[in-house]
Amino acid sequence: MSILNNLINGISLGSVYAIIALGYTMVYGIAKMLNFAHGDVIMVGAYVCFFATGQFGLPPLAGVLLAMVVCTVLGMVIERLAYKPLRQSASLAVLITAIGVSYFLQNSALLLWKSDPKVFTSVVGTGSVKLFGGELTITHVAIVTVLACVVIMLALTWFTGRTKMGKAMRACSEDKAAAQLMGIDVDRTISMTFAIGSALAAIAGVLLCSTYPSLMPTTGSLPGIKAFTAAVFGGIGSIPGAMLGGILLGIIEIFAKAFNTNISDAVVFAVLIVVLLVKPTGLLGKAVREKV
Amino acid sequence: MSMLQVDNINVYYGAIHAVKDISFYVDEGEIVTLIGANGAGKSTTLQTISGLLRSRTGSIEFLGKAIQNVPAAKLVAHGLAQVPEGRRVFQQMTVEENLEMGAFTQPNTTIAPNLERVYEQFPRLKERRRQVAGTLSGGEQQMLAMGRALMSGPKLLMLDEPSMGLAPILVEQIFEIIQRLHKAGTTILLVEQNAQMALSVADRGYVLETGRITLTGPGKALLADEAVKKAYLGG
Ligand SMILES: Nc1ncnc2c1ncn2[C@@H]1O[C@H](COP(=O)(O)OP(=O)(O)OP(=O)(O)O)[C@@H](O)[C@H]1O
Ligand SMILES: [Mg+2]
Repeated sequence: MSILNNLINGISLGSVYAIIALGYTMVYGIAKMLNFAHGDVIMVGAYVCFFATGQFGLPPLAGVLLAMVVCTVLGMVIERLAYKPLRQSASLAVLITAIGVSYFLQNSALLLWKSDPKVFTSVVGTGSVKLFGGELTITHVAIVTVLACVVIMLALTWFTGRTKMGKAMRACSEDKAAAQLMGIDVDRTISMTFAIGSALAAIAGVLLCSTYPSLMPTTGSLPGIKAFTAAVFGGIGSIPGAMLGGILLGIIEIFAKAFNTNISDAVVFAVLIVVLLVKPTGLLGKAVREKV
Repeated sequence: MSMLQVDNINVYYGAIHAVKDISFYVDEGEIVTLIGANGAGKSTTLQTISGLLRSRTGSIEFLGKAIQNVPAAKLVAHGLAQVPEGRRVFQQMTVEENLEMGAFTQPNTTIAPNLERVYEQFPRLKERRRQVAGTLSGGEQQMLAMGRALMSGPKLLMLDEPSMGLAPILVEQIFEIIQRLHKAGTTILLVEQNAQMALSVADRGYVLETGRITLTGPGKALLADEAVKKAYLGG
């Protein structure tokens, strides 16, 4: 039963990674940049929900929605102020800026909310479903996390495959000049991508802290890096890839932890390296076609 | 008044002066061609008109409106469409999705009739509507790029080397299509290295040499011009 328990915990943690990885991968796909501040947006989302439900007594759902709104705005503001002016700059400059934004968010959080960990109250309570006479326990948080991940995946697939804006996003990610010639406003499309990614980050933040309730200004950074790993693992730029990469990474991490807590992170990154050696584009990544 | 009036544009890539004080015009109902060797500045000129590049000087008027500062994405709605050099279809999207992108600025109600019209022009695209564009042949991709541009119902269609890399029979086909579009009322600005074909369908032509217009005249006249023959028609 412990294997099954680990598997369920792995899928649940992996679902959180997957939701974060989706933000990384969508932004990468369209803006061709690694938004290293993405993990810290998660932390902001978790704080917003924490204060909304704890301090101001809002119902959990309202807390989540508020966190999504705040993070959406935050993501768009970050893009507008920090990244947009660098649209034509070298990618190293953009990367360094993104790391700077990450530190800025962490330090602002430190200033505003102090370094002592807050105890996050799960938005879905602490209940669980017990199966096989109590041998297998599935927490409500785990169920909601996995469901949220599936719903988000389906919604994004529908959005990018069926709607005009979603298709325009794919067009932009392939060829910005050609997209402009179609009348697609590339700046607006990039901004919208940041908005969606950041709203997802808020959801991930809330779900992450509902499972692991200790909330600090650095809470988002390690999950952020792991989710980035997941995105690369699955094939950066690919939505199903982010999903698959996230879930596999979560499962690997939990099993490695069960085996030996100290080396679980090392195992996670070792797997990434092996996959990239065997398949440099990641599991579901497509080779980038050079333009003629 | 001309449909398109380009006056004294100068375009640079950093220190490279690619287009040097070019002026020309296109009247409604014409086919006008810009010919010239590699690196003459043809694509730069088209991209400046469509708003992807900016001129440091002069003006560009389209249908009586100054457009030199209008963002590229806004020009489509004014009736200007460009088929870029190298086709640039969205490789990972299906044929039909590519065409839908061409109609991005159009109200939803006009998409279906435009799609029907394009499929009538290019039956091959209809057969392959669900196929991913990256798997089309070069000729089919060129048709897709043209069909995509037509989806916005442009008044002026700018084509950048539509015959590039195509077998002679396909080149013929593409030029037939261009003439058909022209007969149906689309004004055309055609950039070509295939001077022979371009000049034989064009009402007027301009010869571009290292960023400057060196010669202009009716297509037939340029075709008979000794200098043009020597430089662009293989003797
Ligand atoms: N992105 C760029 N950066 C720097 N220089 C450029 C760039 N694009 C074009 N050039 C230069 O500008 C000049 C004009 O190029 P342009 O592409 O307009 O030529 P063209 O007439 O379209 O040639 P071709 O027939 O080969 O397409 C060339 O000397 C070219 O090297
Ligand atoms: Mg060119």
